[in-house]
Amino acid sequence: MADDLIYLPAARLAELLGSGEISSVGLVQACLARTKAVDGRVKAFNSCDEAGALALAQASDQRRAAGQARGPLDGIPVGFKDVIAVAGQPLTCSSKILADFISPYDATVTEKLKAAGAIPFGRLNMDEFAMGSSTENSAFGPTANPWDLSRVPGGSSGGSAAAVAAGEMPVSLGSDTGGSIRQPAALCGVVGLKPTYGLVSRYGLAAYASSLDQIGTMARTVEDAALVLGTIAGHDPRDSTSFKAEVPDYRAELGRRKGPWRLGVPKEFFGAGLDPEVGAAVRAAIEHYRKAGCEIREVSLPLAAEYAIAVYYLIATAEASSNLARYDGVRYGHRSTKAKDAVDLYFQSRAEGFGDEVKRRIILGTHVLSSGYYDAYYLRAQKVRSLIRNEFTTVLRDCDALLSPTSPTAAFKLGEKSSDPLAMYLTDIYTISVNLAGLPGISVPCGFTGGGLPIGLQMIGRPFDEAGLLAIARHYERAHAWHTKHPLLS
Amino acid sequence: MSVNSDLNIDYLANLARLALTGAEKEKFSRQLGDILHYVEKLKSVDVAGVEPMAHASPVFNVWQEDTARPGLPVEEALRNAPAQRQHMIVVPKVVE
Repeated sequence: MADDLIYLPAARLAELLGSGEISSVGLVQACLARTKAVDGRVKAFNSCDEAGALALAQASDQRRAAGQARGPLDGIPVGFKDVIAVAGQPLTCSSKILADFISPYDATVTEKLKAAGAIPFGRLNMDEFAMGSSTENSAFGPTANPWDLSRVPGGSSGGSAAAVAAGEMPVSLGSDTGGSIRQPAALCGVVGLKPTYGLVSRYGLAAYASSLDQIGTMARTVEDAALVLGTIAGHDPRDSTSFKAEVPDYRAELGRRKGPWRLGVPKEFFGAGLDPEVGAAVRAAIEHYRKAGCEIREVSLPLAAEYAIAVYYLIATAEASSNLARYDGVRYGHRSTKAKDAVDLYFQSRAEGFGDEVKRRIILGTHVLSSGYYDAYYLRAQKVRSLIRNEFTTVLRDCDALLSPTSPTAAFKLGEKSSDPLAMYLTDIYTISVNLAGLPGISVPCGFTGGGLPIGLQMIGRPFDEAGLLAIARHYERAHAWHTKHPLLS
Repeated sequence: MSVNSDLNIDYLANLARLALTGAEKEKFSRQLGDILHYVEKLKSVDVAGVEPMAHASPVFNVWQEDTARPGLPVEEALRNAPAQRQHMIVVPKVVE
């Protein structure tokens, strides 16, 4: 039975649970068996809570038997990027500085998922503190792409994408600061949704760049992404940037919104640097909508295309240098035993605990915020950020969504870009501006390269119009079978 | 951005409370030099009269009632402390 379950969407698993054909305990056991079989090679997980997951599965089965099931996610295992707090489980951010940290409380998204009956299954690998685009910056070693184990899964939520692609998890949570859900989703051939900034509470998400971070989901289908979003979205007084938005039944809305839509294609997102196979697959996806009667219009986002990465690396590093000041070896986290005195404790604990990319970004952010440079770098970046947001606002006035590649290339080789930070940063060229503008974005599978690597189609929506964005994505997914293909992992 | 963008790695490492080795200083200076060179392109954007944007959420001045709420028990709050004694965190001596 187990092998039949590992690639079913969560919505289908919910039906099977509801009809009694499978049990939650059986489902969790199937996921454990799959993880044991493949994760030695994929390395998506930092840790699994086997006993805890089985206990919650048993409780779910008992609720269901008593007629008290809590909804479609009751009994469904969920993988958590190792940056989102689950009480009693490790929270490492894939960093040595938090290697032994245990969360004392639940993130808001965790509370909501638990209330819906979902089962926190384990902790998924990532770039250290979500800083990276390949998961190679993990202090615990890289995750491999299930489609080609010599390649990266993308990042920073590489474990979240790889676990879903490899059949270990039906759905997972990630976080997206500059593309960290959408880019790994594209490179691993799964659906990745980054919601509008403010829709999902960041309470219990270890902060990287607070004005850009947003929790979202990886899934096998758009419907599953809708299901998870509907569970985790909503206002939270514990996150002051959380928005009092109405949370519709995203899954029900999928069936109500039928188009045709007006779709924009930003011409700058198809220029130099775009791999021809990726470009061809995305253009074919655009043709799908044209044939379906949608109005396709070419639009222009010159500032987003040219300046987003520069703006991002000033703002994100500035915020990171401030956020990561809390890791000082005093109250929690790694404490050096070599310190000469109290102040040296900070210097040594941080030097021993942080990896190279984190150190680089802390130094850059410190520079950007330091006296004499603030106006020139940080303030100017915030102003260009306003201009980029305005550019999107203008374009989205006449378009329901924008279509582009998610990433300029398919998965690259492990080690290929790890010694050149700037080359790594440029892999986020199509996703990063979406975070600056605070918009929702989704990546859905739209084909494969000749070498068999997945390609992702990015769709960018209006603020808080996830229902519309998901319906547009679902329209494409229903007419194609990319999402039904799985890596061999033989 | 008419400032000298050469970064002083010793000064910044001290501000950031990061002990760096000589090799790290050399490597990071070179890599961050590349990145600073890249972001120089922002100089060419006309930002006259543009308001800076702190974040993308349309919420401002969020107030909260000043009421007591349950917090973590001491044992839980100190669970991750590297060293503790009698419900307090132990640190190296800070005064002579």
